[in-house]
Amino acid sequence: MLGVHTLLRKLQFLLELPARLTRCVELEAYGTAVRYHGRARAVLHHYRHLPSFHGIQADCQVIMAGLAQRLRQRFRDGGSGAKDLAECVELLLELEEPAEELCDEFLAHAGARLAAELDTLEAELGPPGGAPTCDILEFTDRGCNSFVGNLCLVIASYQELFVSRAGAAPIAPMARAKLATFVEGLLGRYFGLVERRVQLEKGVGDSSLLVRALDRFHRRLQALEQLLPGAGAASEGTAIVERAARARVAQYLQALRGFYQDCLTDVRQALAAPRLASKEGPGLAELLATVSASLLGQVKAVLGYVHLFTARDVAFSNKPYFKGEFCSQAVREGLVVGFIRAVCGTAQQFCEAPGEMGVPSSPESRLKGRGRSCPGSKGGVLAALAVMEAPGSPAPSPDASLALQAEVAGTPGSVLCAEARAAAQRLLTHYVRVQGLAVSQMLRKSVETRDWVGTIEPRTVRAVMKRVVEDTTAIDVQVGLLYEEGVRKAQSSDSSKRTFSVYSSSRQQGRYAPSYTPSAPMDTNLLSNIQKLFSERIDIFSPVEFNKVSVLTGIVKISLKSFLECVRLRTFGRFGLQQVQVDCHYLQLYLWRFVGDEGLVHGLLDEIVASAAHRCLDPVPMEPSVVEVICERG
Amino acid sequence: MEDDAPVIYGLEFQARALTPQTAETDAIRFLVGTQSLKYDNQIHIIDFDDENNIINKNVLLHQVGEIWQISASPADKGVLATCYNRTSDSKVMTCAAVWRMPKELESGSHESPDDSSSNTQTLELLCHLDNTARGNMACVMWEPMGDGKKLISLADNHLLLWDLQESSSKAVLSNSAALEGKGQLKFTSGRWSPHHNCTQVATANDTTIRGWDTRSMRQIYCIENAHGQLVRDLDFNPNKQYYLASCGDDCKVKFWDTRNINEPVKTLEEHSHWVWNVRYNHSHDQLVLTGSSDSRVILSNMVSISSEPFGHLVDDDELSDQEDHHQEEKTKEPLQDSIIATYEEHEDSVYAVEWSSADPWLFASLSYDGRLVINRVPRTLKYHILL
Repeated sequence: MLGVHTLLRKLQFLLELPARLTRCVELEAYGTAVRYHGRARAVLHHYRHLPSFHGIQADCQVIMAGLAQRLRQRFRDGGSGAKDLAECVELLLELEEPAEELCDEFLAHAGARLAAELDTLEAELGPPGGAPTCDILEFTDRGCNSFVGNLCLVIASYQELFVSRAGAAPIAPMARAKLATFVEGLLGRYFGLVERRVQLEKGVGDSSLLVRALDRFHRRLQALEQLLPGAGAASEGTAIVERAARARVAQYLQALRGFYQDCLTDVRQALAAPRLASKEGPGLAELLATVSASLLGQVKAVLGYVHLFTARDVAFSNKPYFKGEFCSQAVREGLVVGFIRAVCGTAQQFCEAPGEMGVPSSPESRLKGRGRSCPGSKGGVLAALAVMEAPGSPAPSPDASLALQAEVAGTPGSVLCAEARAAAQRLLTHYVRVQGLAVSQMLRKSVETRDWVGTIEPRTVRAVMKRVVEDTTAIDVQVGLLYEEGVRKAQSSDSSKRTFSVYSSSRQQGRYAPSYTPSAPMDTNLLSNIQKLFSERIDIFSPVEFNKVSVLTGIVKISLKSFLECVRLRTFGRFGLQQVQVDCHYLQLYLWRFVGDEGLVHGLLDEIVASAAHRCLDPVPMEPSVVEVICERG
Repeated sequence: MEDDAPVIYGLEFQARALTPQTAETDAIRFLVGTQSLKYDNQIHIIDFDDENNIINKNVLLHQVGEIWQISASPADKGVLATCYNRTSDSKVMTCAAVWRMPKELESGSHESPDDSSSNTQTLELLCHLDNTARGNMACVMWEPMGDGKKLISLADNHLLLWDLQESSSKAVLSNSAALEGKGQLKFTSGRWSPHHNCTQVATANDTTIRGWDTRSMRQIYCIENAHGQLVRDLDFNPNKQYYLASCGDDCKVKFWDTRNINEPVKTLEEHSHWVWNVRYNHSHDQLVLTGSSDSRVILSNMVSISSEPFGHLVDDDELSDQEDHHQEEKTKEPLQDSIIATYEEHEDSVYAVEWSSADPWLFASLSYDGRLVINRVPRTLKYHILL
């Protein structure tokens, strides 16, 4: 009896089903409708060959189709909250709508909203080529909160609906795949926008804002990563942060180099500026000190900014890149070493710059200043570097390993010192050469333009010789400001009073004597050649050292050698030879105190007079006493 | 047996003029002119016997004056031209003349040096290059690979083209050009280019290098401020048409492409004082010699701007015959420029360096104290270039 009652009840249910369904649809009690239908479906299907049941089934199907449409519509409208949406989806799934379409619709729907958010973000990038409308911290905040937050919600709800729901196992893989592509696309666009925004960040001041923004960006992505491990969000985010850090370091390096150039220009201007009558302009040494100090200060400041990237409270500082490579490669190599190398590079450029000859003293001083500060500043900057390295590591235990890594991976300080020294050496040699050739030019013009055959008896020292001495003294003073004295060979007490004559007795015994005795032509040169064998060959061109005496010696050597060459190209009359004698004596009186080994000066001047004598048509030298008188008068 | 040691010959006088006997392509011979104000000047004909490494010399008297520059005719072994100083009262003029050697000395004779004093013979004067109106002669150049009938001389600021007529006994001025400008312009040296049918000449005055066309006597190109200071010498690359080397008082040697004169192609800064001479090897243009007043002669290997920057490339057929059939890829990177050797046999400034016209691996250098040093390119490099 009970069984029949149940059966009757069921039948009644079935017969009333369409009406009931319609009413449910009108009342918008979709869930109930679906439930009812679900219950009846199997039976209807089973008995569909019976015409009455068939009719019912057909009606139900129509109604359910309508219901599905409505659900879909509701779903599409998206006005309802997440729970409603979930319900819709659940019902639709139960109605055996194809799951793929549902996933697609859901994602498309969510995608549209997220894309809208990305558009607002993009708008904040500002017009192309213009400035962004808000600072980077705001931008990342907005990005994180609105976009990433919503994306997380979407992912979470999607996963609830399609992946992790109890009955969702069959469709889960497909759903996951769709989700992955969806997220990838959106994230790709998001990362693109973030990267663009970061690139717009070109300031070279404090980078704390940038660091905080990147930090927030990175942290948010961690959350996303947890939701969806396979999307690679975190790794891509880290990559962006790394790139930003690298770009920043590069910007700092650029700024440092610019600053350095500005310092040099300032020094140049200070040296070239006309001195006021009452005030002495800044001395070279002071300028040098100021430049070094400001450079060092600037480097320290930059290192401070960069340090922020590795601060402990910053989330990404724990990433292996920041712990290791950033410190050793980017900062040490890129920034500090790069800067030092840039300094050496500008030094090199000074050496190779053509046409530096005509420019007055300031570039020479610049050259010298650079040469001086090269070995000086390298010590200072490297010390600062060592100080900075130590607190650069975020955690105590990797300290040692970090320091070790820095030593091994980066250029060791000794190499840098060597490079700086080499650059300074090049600069110094170039300076010596430039100065030497400038003086040589003066001497050459003076020898070339004079008529040495028809000249009159010399009464005074030629003006050009006085100028040579003046210029050498000026150079001596300037170099003395920057460099220390240097070693000099012990001077004999009467060195300045050395009687200088063609018949000088010190080394050149009998060098010229044979030319005044009638003998076979062979003897003269044979004798002088033999003489040369036994006297030390003057090495004109030894490397210049970093002291004043060495620099001046180099310059004097080059000048005197040039004088010798010029003298050999002319022919002299008697008085021409005597004029050369007078000039050389004058030079000898004054140049000996600049050089390290006065024997050098004597030797060169002797050779000049000897060559002039050889080139003389009527070699009758002046009396030494007369020469002295003339020189003293001049 | 070859020995790489240098061979030294000493003249008793100062000298700064050196030339190979250009027309002589079998025997290695150099001509050196002396510079002495007191004694008769001479031209020494240095004959180098490379099998026994000994020098034979013959001496010719050049009594007219001290020799500043000497050059040999490319066609006739016995003809040479000199620029010399002629002193009269208190005036000194540099003149130029063309001479002929005695017949028997043209091809050298292997006399032992002891008989030198009795063997001095005189040169036969062929003709003067009359320059009374124009100033001091700086240099005389023969037309390279020509018939020995054309000469160019540089006198102060004039460029003069001469024709030798009536078997070289008369020199007729066929064309001339003058350098206009402020101040006293003076040519210091020049070089006749062997390319373009020998119609181009390059000259140096002060710091400028100019190229001239000898047919029209007009300037073709002008390299301003080539060296910061005076340009001392020029030379053309024998294998590459537009390439020119120059050296000067800024201690540098610069290589130029005359089609693009804004910047030198390469700069060498190996010397520490004025560079007086730069010479390309006549056949292998990567070998460049320079002599300087720092008493050094430097031989450089300028491969990257030579006509064979990738070294000697061997044909594939030859390779497969001689070697096994596995293909060895020849590295196609251009070789590096380098200094091959620095020769320090001189004690005084080196004023002239010249390659021999008979043996492309041999060269001579002359320093002011009269020392002539004959050296060779290191054997390893020679084989490397040849093979």
